[in-house]
Amino acid sequence: MAAQEQHARKKPVVPMLLAGAVSIALYVALMTNQDFINNTFAKGGLYAFLPIATAFIFSFIHGSFTGHFWTVLGVEASKKKKEVK
Amino acid sequence: MHDVVAQVTSFIHLDVANVTYLFLVGFVGGLVSGFIGSGGAFVLTPGMMVLGVPGLMAVASNMCHKFPKALVGSLKRAKYGQVDVKLGIIIGISAEAGVLYGAHIQELIKKNFGNAGSNLYVSIAFVIILSVVGGFVLRDAWKTHKSGTTNDDEQVPKLARWIQSIHIPGTMMYFKSLNARISILFTIPLGFATGMLAATIAVGGFIGVPAMIYVLGAPSLMASATELVIAFVMGLGGSFKYAMSGLVDIRLAMIILGGSLFGIQLGAMGTTYVKPFMIKMVMGVIMVIVLFSRGLMVPVYLSQLGVIPEMTEMTVKILKNVSFGIMAFALGVGAFIILKAIWQGRREEKLSRQESLAHSKA
Repeated sequence: MAAQEQHARKKPVVPMLLAGAVSIALYVALMTNQDFINNTFAKGGLYAFLPIATAFIFSFIHGSFTGHFWTVLGVEASKKKKEVK
Repeated sequence: MHDVVAQVTSFIHLDVANVTYLFLVGFVGGLVSGFIGSGGAFVLTPGMMVLGVPGLMAVASNMCHKFPKALVGSLKRAKYGQVDVKLGIIIGISAEAGVLYGAHIQELIKKNFGNAGSNLYVSIAFVIILSVVGGFVLRDAWKTHKSGTTNDDEQVPKLARWIQSIHIPGTMMYFKSLNARISILFTIPLGFATGMLAATIAVGGFIGVPAMIYVLGAPSLMASATELVIAFVMGLGGSFKYAMSGLVDIRLAMIILGGSLFGIQLGAMGTTYVKPFMIKMVMGVIMVIVLFSRGLMVPVYLSQLGVIPEMTEMTVKILKNVSFGIMAFALGVGAFIILKAIWQGRREEKLSRQESLAHSKA
């Protein structure tokens, strides 16, 4: 029981909530400024850096959230074989 | 170019249903990609076009969700020691050249034979590659399954042993996934073919992963994980090229990414629960089912080109819908096998933990 509680404490609930909040904020910003984003990001040329940078930012924040999300749910990689020979 | 871009650039209206649909398709695509290294893209592009997204924008937006997804997936699988970054980057660079050449071929075909000619080329490429490579991969996985040697270490195929034995001075490089030195001259055509296929059917991994396994001699788990690095390199370059022409709809790309990052984490974790032949099994099953989907469309394009008698509008519509349905089914089957493997693996691990706990108590 004690071991279970210790395991539960280790779960990254706070990092998940933080990353989740930032991720939601990013998506809200994206969806509420659609016209501006569509017009600016599709200008082409050097504006190409905007969608690329956006993709990196979303992958970092949302990727971190989804990683923690599965860990908090208890879905983790197998403990038996972590490395490929 | 700007005229062409102006013609194909139009941003669709996004409502809750569209967003949910893209998110879910992204999730399933991500799940499969996390497991076999690629595979979601072939449903995502037509999946966006169903919503009214112009073809070129769908391809561009798909690519812009693919590289960040591949980045997250490869980082996750690197934690399990499955990624050969050096091999991924080396093949990725030649794959980039393949993407550019493949896109050029596509443009030429489109210019000379129109949309129907271009579609026919894509479908025939699908049918040939998937029947030859997919059939081979599935047969190999099935043989392993039947032989009862699923727990054994994977053997390096004969062709790979031969390639590893060839020494070409000045071109040799050590790769940890192969645990051998090979000439990078062999990786160049493989990367190029992967890129060409990515530009043609959107899934370069259907060449890249089997090539790393059967031609270079990489273990299945490492090949599928390394494919994510290749997809990142290819996707980043391709996305930038499309974004320079203003073709990326970042809203679509990020919504699909939203779902696919949930999926790719799960798919990557799934690889730690399965035996290596399962990678080949899932890949082979998807490839063979998709083969039928694309095969159905060949008569449609042949009739549009006037090679066979014209089909009624209704027949074309039915064939298109059935073809898309089979494609979605292929992805669904892949996702089902992966989720089942994770569930079984977790259950077995839990049972063995309980058993060892009971033993220690006793």
